[in-house]
Amino acid sequence: MIVGERKPLEEIKAMVESYKRLLILGCGTCVSVCMAGGEKEVEILTSQLRMLNEKEGRRQEITEATVQRQCDREYIEPCLDKIHEADAVLSMACGVGVQFVAEVAGENTIVLPALNTEFYGVNLGAGIWAERCAGCGNCILHITGGICPIARCAKRLFNGPCGGSQRGKCEINREVDCAWQLVYDRLKARGQLEILEEIVPAKSWKPSLSGGPRKVVREDLLL
Amino acid sequence: MKSGSNLEKILEKGEFAVTGELGPPKGNDVAVIKRKAEYLRGNVDAVNVTDNQTSIVRMSSIATSALLIQMGLEPVMQMVTRDRNRIAIQSDIFGATALGIKNMLCLSGDHQIFGNQKEAANVFDIDSIQLIQCVKTMRDEGTLLGGEEKIEGEIKLFIGAAANPFADPFEFRVVRLAKKVKAGVDFIQTQCIYDLDRFKEWMGMVRNRGLHEKVHILGGVTPLKSGGMARYMAKNVAGIIIPDAIIERMVKAKEPPQEGIKICVEQIEQLREIKGVHGIHLMAIEWEQKVSEIAEGADLLPRPKV
Repeated sequence: MIVGERKPLEEIKAMVESYKRLLILGCGTCVSVCMAGGEKEVEILTSQLRMLNEKEGRRQEITEATVQRQCDREYIEPCLDKIHEADAVLSMACGVGVQFVAEVAGENTIVLPALNTEFYGVNLGAGIWAERCAGCGNCILHITGGICPIARCAKRLFNGPCGGSQRGKCEINREVDCAWQLVYDRLKARGQLEILEEIVPAKSWKPSLSGGPRKVVREDLLL
Repeated sequence: MKSGSNLEKILEKGEFAVTGELGPPKGNDVAVIKRKAEYLRGNVDAVNVTDNQTSIVRMSSIATSALLIQMGLEPVMQMVTRDRNRIAIQSDIFGATALGIKNMLCLSGDHQIFGNQKEAANVFDIDSIQLIQCVKTMRDEGTLLGGEEKIEGEIKLFIGAAANPFADPFEFRVVRLAKKVKAGVDFIQTQCIYDLDRFKEWMGMVRNRGLHEKVHILGGVTPLKSGGMARYMAKNVAGIIIPDAIIERMVKAKEPPQEGIKICVEQIEQLREIKGVHGIHLMAIEWEQKVSEIAEGADLLPRPKV
């Protein structure tokens, strides 16, 4: 899932305080699962802002809504009346949702981000999420034991752990696992260590962000 | 000859090589380089010039290396992939070789979190092994990385890289060296050695694979200045192991700096006895004035003329 974290209340307040009618718009998919921008979080942020407005003597009308996915036109469209009635929309989706709501709602609609979009990751347990994929556009997990060194090695190395790997931890922080130690351990357990003897040549970053904004076009699905 | 550098000639002749290290100034004060260069002159065969080590901004290794050449010393230009993509790397190699640099050390580089620009983006377009491949391609094929594009002129570089027998996973360390050899490295400088038993064990693995016959290995040594420094390094510097016995010697010493130099000389003498070790890399960090004393003490002077 896409993992996000809500911005601090002060930062959000500064962003929204000048708007008289504010719609706080949640997203029911990734950010709902990671408890950053779903229906429940919309409720919490709404009451926090209302309390702050009351304390600081500000008049602001706040409405709430949550759609299934802000990255999907069919879910945004039924909500367009509410969106257009507001002076600004505070989206609690990831960066994709923030942009797409604005794209669908039209150029006069102000859509603001309530979250910082962090990464593609997993839930490791109550309250802990961790990065697993960097969306580089050219997957190499088959040669790294299913552990991604691009997303999980601080130096994005391709040919094994650097000299800073000690006792399974990364040199940048002793709390962080060395991705290459994990790769090594897994390939060893599988009896596939010979994979690591091969040099992985310089990667093409063309399919990644370096190649410019990406787009997938599936000819077989075009109408 | 691949580069015709002094270091290459020394190693090819079978002499026991000595390289030193010079950290460029945190600014453009050439006097700092001159002062350090004088401590090293005549005591080493070549001088490593670090490339923004520990991500602290310093004068570029290319410029410092070029200044050393003007002063009559031979540099080993270090280059990290942290700060440059393959366009900048290859462009800098053109420039460095045009300025007379003949040795280059290929590194990935310390993460920027250790430095004084912690909010910087890192590059890591390629890693250190891919950098070795890149330099070798430029030198031996006369083309750019992954391309048909012919280089105008000739790239003559003696290619070096690092190895750290003290990092983990230990059994993989020799595999990583084998990959560097396969990529085309000519010489290796190791991380600072204090744990000789572990180093010997690693060298045994190196010899089992026959790697000592394919690459020149220079053992890294750094004299300790005090018990505090030994304790600090053992605890805080990633990838360094200092055995308790050495820490204890430093802590108990009446004159810790002299004890540190004595330990360093002993280590060099022991390294010299290990089959496959072709030299030492003496990193007297901010203590360059002791290089001649250490080299003298370890019977490494005068340096051979080749």
